[in-house]
Amino acid sequence: MTVTPLKFYQVGSFAVGNRLLTDEERSEQSNPNRVNALTSGHRACQGCGEALGARYVLDTAMAATDGKIMAVNATGCLEVFSTPYPETSWRIPWLHSLFGNAAAVASGVATALKAQGKTDIRVIAQGGDGGTVDIGFGPLSGMWERNDDVLYVCYDNEAYMNTGVQRSGATPPAARTNTSHASGPEPGAHFNQGKFLPLIAMAHHIPYVATATVADLHDLEAKVKKAMTFRGARYLHILVPCPLGWGSRSDETIMLSRAAVESGFFPVFEAEHGVMTSSKKIRRRIPVEEYLKPQKRYAHLFGANGRPDIVERLQRIADHNIEQYDLVEKGAEE
Amino acid sequence: MAEKPFAITLDVGSSLANKTGTWRTERPVYVHRLPPCNDACPAGEDVQGWLYKAEEGAYEEAWRRLTVNNPMPAIMGRVCYHPCQTACNRAQVDETVGINSVERFLGDEAIKQGWAFAKPETSTGKRVLVVGSGPSGLSAAYHLARLGHAVTIRESAEQPGGMMRYGIPAYRLPRDIIDAEVQRIVDLGVVIECNAKVTDIPAVFAEGFDAVFLAVGAHLGKRAYIPAGESARILDAVSMLHDTESGEPPMLGKRVIVYGGGNTAMDAARTAKRLGAAEAIVVYRRTRDKAPAHDVEITEALEEGITMHWLSTIKHIDAGAVQIEKMQLDEKGFPQPTGEFDTLEADSVVLALGQDCDLTLIENLPGVVIDDGVVQVADNMMTGYAGVFAAGDMVPGERTVTAGIGGGKLAARHIDAWLRGDAWVHPERPNLASFDRLNTWYYADAEKTQRPRLDAARRADTFDEVVQGLTAENALFEARRCMSCGNCFNCDNCFGVCPDNAVIKKPDGTYEFNLDFCKGCGLCAHECPCGAIDMELELT
Repeated sequence: MTVTPLKFYQVGSFAVGNRLLTDEERSEQSNPNRVNALTSGHRACQGCGEALGARYVLDTAMAATDGKIMAVNATGCLEVFSTPYPETSWRIPWLHSLFGNAAAVASGVATALKAQGKTDIRVIAQGGDGGTVDIGFGPLSGMWERNDDVLYVCYDNEAYMNTGVQRSGATPPAARTNTSHASGPEPGAHFNQGKFLPLIAMAHHIPYVATATVADLHDLEAKVKKAMTFRGARYLHILVPCPLGWGSRSDETIMLSRAAVESGFFPVFEAEHGVMTSSKKIRRRIPVEEYLKPQKRYAHLFGANGRPDIVERLQRIADHNIEQYDLVEKGAEE
Repeated sequence: MAEKPFAITLDVGSSLANKTGTWRTERPVYVHRLPPCNDACPAGEDVQGWLYKAEEGAYEEAWRRLTVNNPMPAIMGRVCYHPCQTACNRAQVDETVGINSVERFLGDEAIKQGWAFAKPETSTGKRVLVVGSGPSGLSAAYHLARLGHAVTIRESAEQPGGMMRYGIPAYRLPRDIIDAEVQRIVDLGVVIECNAKVTDIPAVFAEGFDAVFLAVGAHLGKRAYIPAGESARILDAVSMLHDTESGEPPMLGKRVIVYGGGNTAMDAARTAKRLGAAEAIVVYRRTRDKAPAHDVEITEALEEGITMHWLSTIKHIDAGAVQIEKMQLDEKGFPQPTGEFDTLEADSVVLALGQDCDLTLIENLPGVVIDDGVVQVADNMMTGYAGVFAAGDMVPGERTVTAGIGGGKLAARHIDAWLRGDAWVHPERPNLASFDRLNTWYYADAEKTQRPRLDAARRADTFDEVVQGLTAENALFEARRCMSCGNCFNCDNCFGVCPDNAVIKKPDGTYEFNLDFCKGCGLCAHECPCGAIDMELELT
C-alpha cells in the first residue's frame, strides 16, 4: 500500500482557496472581505494581468500591515486606467506625480512619515516596466542605494503598452512591438539588449528582491508578506501578461504566466542582501514554444515562414535560466 | 458649489460609477455538467455528489446522498465492476479515483453506525408485490417504499438476496453484509416472505395488490451438448455455487475443469479450489482479452493458482479425462477449430456457459411476450399484462448486480407513475463534463490508494473476504482525489482571478457574477479547475 499523508486537498495549494482548507491556508484573495484595493469600474482591458497583479499585491500588503499602506504610482497603464479624472478605483491612499519619479516621491513620503514618527505606515511604489527599468530607473537606483524604507513593485508586461506597445528595456528578444518590427533578418526586439532588473536590484544589496507571476497566487502573496517584514528598500518584479501588447487571448493571461514559469523563460526566485535564497521549481516542464505560440508578438517565429532558429535561441535562454536559477528539482528530470 | 482648487471642476468619485459590464460580448455562466462517473453508473448514482460530501468527512451525509439512488452501497462496494472508474477523468491525470472503495467504506460505516433510511412521510395506500429478492427486486422495493407504497417481496429461496447470495461466493461478498443491507430495507417497512414461490399472477391481483414487479433473475445454468461417457461427472456452475452456499457443496474431486470465460466461470474455479480441488482449470474458446469475465476477476483467479486454457473447446468428456481442441481466432475474432487435440485429466467438469431465466410463472400469461429467453417490456418496463412490470436479468440488457439495481429503480419510478395514472419521463441529461474542459493544473498529484488484499496463498483455501476495506483516513484521501468534474467545489479560483472583482462570494460559499462590472474576459472560465463555467455570447 502506498503511504500517503492524510492532509491532502484535491487542489493542494494551487487554487485560490478551497472549502476544505482553514482560513490561514487559503490565499488572501479567497477572503470575501479582502480590501479590493483596486476596485471595479477601472478601465483596464479585458483579462489585464497588471490589474490583477496590483490587487494581489496591495490587498496582501494591506492584510499584512493592518491596513496601513500608502501607494505612489508611476505613469503608465495602471495609473491611467485607474484614475481618469475625476474617478478613482483606489481604496487606499494613492499618489501619482510623474512618469519617472515614483521611487523619488515614495522615498520622500517614507521620509516624511518617519519625520512625523508614523513608522507604522508603510509605503509602496509601483509602476510598469517602462516607468521602472527605463524612465524611472535613476530615482529607483537612488532609492535602493540609500536603502529607503519602500517596497517598489514593478508590474512587468514587457513593453510600453499604455502608449501603444513600444519596446522597453524589459522587452524580450524577438518580440514584436511597434518599435521592434517583425521584419528583416533579426525580426522583433534584438538579442543581447535590454536588462533584467531583479539582478540589478540585487547588485544594490538591498534587503529583499523577489520575482513572481500572477499565475501562482500563493507564492506572490507569501513574497509580499515577507517583503513587509523587512525595513529598507525592497523590490518585487511581477510578470503580468498584457493581452493587447502580447496579442494573446484575454482568458489566457494566467495560463501564459504559468507557461512562462514552466518553460523556464521567466525565473521565479527570491534574494536577500544580494544573494539568491530560493527559487520556485518547475512542476511540469514545457518547451518555450508552448509559451510563445499563443502570443501574436511571436507569430513571425512560427508557420510557413517561421524561424525555428530563433525559437531555438529563446529555448537556450530558458535552459540557461533553469541552470542559473536552479529551477528544476534535483533528480526530478533526466 | 463648494470652492475647488485651481483647475478642478468636478468632485472626486469612485470608478464604481463606471459600469464596465457594457464592454462585454460574452458572459460567464455557472453550469452543472454530468460527470462521467455519474454518466456511466448503471444504478444512476450521483457519484460526484456523494464524493463531495465524503471529501468533507461528512460520511453520513455522503451515505444519504448515495442511497437516494442505491440502497446497498456495502454490497456494491464489493461486487460492482465500477464502470464509474472506467469513465473517471482522473485516469488521464494519474489514476482513476477509487470510487468503489469509498462506496464500500460508506456502506460499511453505515452498518457499523446503524444509519437507517428515513421513512416516507405519506402513504399512497397502494400495494405492490415484488417477485424475487435479488438486487433488482430489493432496489425496486426500496424505491417504491420510499415513495409511500406498501411493498411485499416474495422469494422462492430460503433467504433473500437472489444471485447476490446464491451466485456470488462469500469470499467476494460476506453474508453478514447482505443480511445487514437487506435488514435496513425491511426496517423501512418492506415485508419479505421467503420460501414463498409465486405461481399465479392473476391470483396475486385478486389478493389486493395493485401492481406486480417481476425480478426472478437467471438461475438456470445453460446447457450445451457435449458428447460424454456414461460415468463423466458434469455439473453446472450456477447449481454448484448455489449448493455450496446452501451448505451442501458438491463432490468435485482433485482436478476440476471449468468450461466458460465469464465471471461465473472464475467464481466456480475459485470456489472449486476452496472446496479442496488441488487443481482448477478454466477452459475457454477465445482469448483472455475476449473473455467476458472482468479483468480483475481473471487476475485474482490467476493469483490463486487457477490455470487458464485459452483458445480451447471441449470435444468429449470421459471419466477422468477431457478431450480439448485448440482453436484460433479468424480475422473477425471468432474462434475456429484447428484440428489439434489434447487431453486433460479431470475428475469433474463444471459448465459455466451462461444462465437462463425460469419464466414458467409468466409464459402463459396473456399478452406477455418472451423472446430469446427473456421477457419483452415496453418503455415503461411493463410487460404485455397490465400492471405487471419486469427488470433485472429476466429482461434484455446487461446482467450485473449494478444494472439490476438500476433496473429496479427505474421500474419503481414507472410503477409509481402508472399507479397514479401518469407516465414517468427521464429528466433531460446535462452535457457531459469531458476531460478537455478541466484545468488539471490545479489538482495536486496524488495516486490511488490500493485496498489491501488477502494474501493469495492464504485465501485459496478459505471463504474469507479477499479484498479488504479502506480505513477512514484512506477513504478521506481517496474521496479528495475526486476532481468534481463539471460541478463547482468552492475552490475560489473564479473569485480570485477576476481582474474586475466581478465575482461575488456568497456566505454559503457559492458564487455569483456581478454583470455590472464583468468585462467578459473569460479568465474565470479558463482557470476553473472543473469546467463549471461556460462563456455564452451576449445576445444584444
